[in-house]
Amino acid sequence: MSLPATPVNAGGDLVKRRVVVTGLGAVTPMGVGAAALYERWVAGEVGIVDGAGACTDFEPSELLSVKEVRRLDRFSQFALVAATEAIADAGWEGELPYDPFRTACILATGIGGIQTIENQHDVLRDRGAARMSPLGIPAQMSNAAAAAISMKYGLKGEVFSVISACSSGAHAIGTALRMIQYGDADAAVVGGAEATLTTFGFGSFNAMQALSVTGMSRPFDARRDGFVMGEGAGVLVLESAEGAEARGATVLGEVAGYGSTSDAYHLTAPEPTGEAATRAIALAMADAGVGPDEIDYVNAHGTSTQLNDAAETTAIKRALGEERARRIPVSSMKSATGHLLGAAGAAEAVATVKTLQARIIPPTLGYGVPDPDCDLDYVPGEARPLVMSNGHPPTAISNSFAFGGHNVALLLRGWDS
Amino acid sequence: MATITTEQVEARVVETLASFGPDADQITRESTFEELDIDSLDLVELAQVVEDDYGVVLKGEDMKELKTVGDAIDLIVSRAE
Repeated sequence: MSLPATPVNAGGDLVKRRVVVTGLGAVTPMGVGAAALYERWVAGEVGIVDGAGACTDFEPSELLSVKEVRRLDRFSQFALVAATEAIADAGWEGELPYDPFRTACILATGIGGIQTIENQHDVLRDRGAARMSPLGIPAQMSNAAAAAISMKYGLKGEVFSVISACSSGAHAIGTALRMIQYGDADAAVVGGAEATLTTFGFGSFNAMQALSVTGMSRPFDARRDGFVMGEGAGVLVLESAEGAEARGATVLGEVAGYGSTSDAYHLTAPEPTGEAATRAIALAMADAGVGPDEIDYVNAHGTSTQLNDAAETTAIKRALGEERARRIPVSSMKSATGHLLGAAGAAEAVATVKTLQARIIPPTLGYGVPDPDCDLDYVPGEARPLVMSNGHPPTAISNSFAFGGHNVALLLRGWDS
Repeated sequence: MATITTEQVEARVVETLASFGPDADQITRESTFEELDIDSLDLVELAQVVEDDYGVVLKGEDMKELKTVGDAIDLIVSRAE
């Protein structure tokens, strides 16, 4: 068995490789597909109906086999459909362009197969333990989506899920970035998926008083009153830049930096000074070797809760400098889709890569009444052209912050081929 | 209990297996579970249906020996007698 060597330079030092995006896929309340997500958001359309961002266009029987539909919880169904789109987008259909053992899959979720747990609990209560399905555990387990994608596409490298509530999807991307940067993998299928629009899910989040009473997702607006729960998945195909170049792949963008910290403060409330969140953003910029002057756009976590949006605003100002922060457009996808929880970071990364490609910044929908604690440019009203600061490829930060205090910033960059 | 016929069991087994993925017209007595892509998890589900419908309890060791759809039908009919 021949094993690959760690990437080193002539002097024997570990070399950090560049990592590019070659495929995008999404299932969101805006529809099936990455294009539907981005284009409808740019057009100012909202996927939230009656206080929830449900994937009403998603018909599993049209997109998956009978066996896949039966064996996969809804969160894994979203993930597999989004992965299929991303893999086709990358031109990986048919044969993998990389050694399967050098191809990873990290598919995150915040909660996992909650609908399956609820269904099996009904069976337990009504018919007894002996009638519970043998497919219950394999459907509900949080690594089910990663397992399903690996089996369908023969991915034999590191395959697992990561779980960090609303930062899960971003953590998956960051983890895969590190694997490829430092030579543990050459490519990865990464993302997040969530499907918690169940009575149990609504009841639980409602009990926390985290959900919007008005059913409106209005990030950074003074009238915001909580988040709107959504569901879906976002998936990206990542490859080393050298590998993508060697096979002549179309490069859609670059994952240039990743920073991750924790508040160590409170189970649900963000630490108000934003110290740890600030550091996550700073780490992502340092990883990419860029400064605040090169940031053209911030894709905010922007949940529409009082606490998050104020703390995130503080963190953006601290990380980029108040002067610079005021000149950078900041928008939240959750104004269009609601909060995709464990899928949010991944679906928002998909939308951010498309933003950098199209160079059109989608708006924070519904924003109208300024809040003194949220005093940045939140791109109200409608989409606008992305203005690059000085000759470099367009560059964005995508933030994710989670219950538990987990902060992730991704530094995403356009790619001039 | 009324007599259970092989035809009844066959129809029920084919219907159940078809709900797991393969086309019903693809399923014959000679079909192997392998070629139908029916695995051990599917067979546990089949056993639950059989127990509900015929009161026949099939354990893991019973199922392990089954190679074809016909094997399963014959086992169920013999246990139901």
